Amino acid sequence: MVENRGWLTLLSHAILLLGIAVLVFPIYVTFVASTSQMRDIIQPPLPLVPGSHLIENYTAALTRGVAQAAGSPVALMLWNSLVMALAITFGKIAISLLSAFAVVYFRFPLRMLCFWTIFVTLMLPVEVRIVPTYEVVARLGMLNSYAGLSVPLIASATATFLFRQFFLTVPDELLEAARMDGAGPLRFFKDILLPLSRTNIAALFVILFIYGWNQYLWPLLVTTDPSMNTIVMGITQMIAPSEDQTNWPVVMATAMLAMMPPVFVVVVMQRLFVKGLVETEK
Amino acid sequence: MEKRVVFSPSPLPYLLVLPQLVITAVFFLWPASQALYQSLLIQNPFGLTTEFVWFENFAYLFSDPLYLQTFWTTAYFSAAVAALSLGLALLLAVMADRVVKGAAGYKTLLIWPYAVAPAIAGVLWLFLFNPSIGLVAYYLKAIGYDWNHVLNGGQAMFLVVIAAAWKQVSYNFLFFLAGLQAIPKSLIEAAAIDGAGPVRRFWTIVFPLLSPTTFFLLVVNIVYAFFETFGIIHTITKGGPGKATEILVYKVYADGFVGQDLGSSAAQSVILMVIVISLTVIQFRFIERNVHY
Repeated sequence: MVENRGWLTLLSHAILLLGIAVLVFPIYVTFVASTSQMRDIIQPPLPLVPGSHLIENYTAALTRGVAQAAGSPVALMLWNSLVMALAITFGKIAISLLSAFAVVYFRFPLRMLCFWTIFVTLMLPVEVRIVPTYEVVARLGMLNSYAGLSVPLIASATATFLFRQFFLTVPDELLEAARMDGAGPLRFFKDILLPLSRTNIAALFVILFIYGWNQYLWPLLVTTDPSMNTIVMGITQMIAPSEDQTNWPVVMATAMLAMMPPVFVVVVMQRLFVKGLVETEK
Repeated sequence: MEKRVVFSPSPLPYLLVLPQLVITAVFFLWPASQALYQSLLIQNPFGLTTEFVWFENFAYLFSDPLYLQTFWTTAYFSAAVAALSLGLALLLAVMADRVVKGAAGYKTLLIWPYAVAPAIAGVLWLFLFNPSIGLVAYYLKAIGYDWNHVLNGGQAMFLVVIAAAWKQVSYNFLFFLAGLQAIPKSLIEAAAIDGAGPVRRFWTIVFPLLSPTTFFLLVVNIVYAFFETFGIIHTITKGGPGKATEILVYKVYADGFVGQDLGSSAAQSVILMVIVISLTVIQFRFIERNVHY
């Protein structure tokens, strides 16, 4: 700090606390609603202290769901979301590691063509090419399957670029030493490159897990079978068109459950999260 | 930049790039070329005949007042989201940069909304502002303001802007804070010695030095508002009331899946592709310059 101004420091703390209060407020109200009864919710205002129905509401959500979403239990949706998020995360990391390794450590005909083919995917988010991608997946018979949920979202160049940039900074001496000791390309990849990339892989894991978990439009289109719903899309189907019939306590309990895994990952792995965020945006 | 030392030629690299190339070709190049091709076709409403019409879909779109209206809605929406979330994030970052005690704690408490899915953010804000049961809507009515975003387009827009900005504040905050911490303290100290107060120092030194970060974030926020807010719009308003909150991405979905007008939807996809590519190019050019800066 440049100079000491007591009132300014006080003001800074006040503004930060106010900012946090504004950010937390919607979540807090959601939490309160998820512990209340329907009766308390439909007669506003909602009390600002948690109710006594926490266990009841969360059990109802996890095991039974609500009728609007075809009674699909939220535990199943959580499982689907987890499978999709992990498939996207590991799929992207695996194919990107391999292709970045090939592009950096080999010279082969058509190398630049491969590189640019991968590069163009950087430009177009799935939302933009949603209709034709859906048609392709439908034609391949991949609707209502984990493969249909995850594989099309794996096609992206962000991770490939990150690993390429990182591999370029790995000293050449390591490769020379490995070759002198008689290690082939795959041995070098497994015993030297992978261990060196550990932090990058972890940082990317955090970002991609959040990306995969939070997908909305794609699961909405690809899954018509309620048993394949993911939690982020499933929750909107729990809200009835006429809102007075919505079972709000259970919906809000589901919202809390849907937020918990990614928020937990961000808070616990904060340093990796920040690293991943900064590097994927480069 | 290239490696000096590489492995000797072998068929291995082809096997290594194959998985990514196959996935890119099947789920990216094929659909993208389909979109380009379909944007030149008109299908009759029953899907029985298809006619090749060159650029008629595009010509129709740009003469369609509803589509042009969507353009304005999108521009207004993304400008509002960017302004609100950047302003708030900058204020919080400047404050967090000042405080010594508890800075790490504040940071943790400010970054987590990034992890909340847009669709879930939509549900949270919908619940707060629900005209019949929402807490905020209730208090707004108590002070005599008639809140009903289901009927009032302006209020619906306000609500989706708030929800979208709420989610993006964390991201902007992180980048602003990093930008602020990269500014050399000696510059600030020199200004302080010359008698410049905190406000003056901010506007004449900190804010100009922060401009690369601000510009980068502006582009990122516009991309976010254009494409990633689909979940928020879909959960809160479904583009309504009327078409008050229908942004471009939502219209691609509404025309393609709900309206089944594939030619028009594909043409809109192509227009969106052009927009994303130009935004990406702007960003790359800017970063290029920024590296040498």
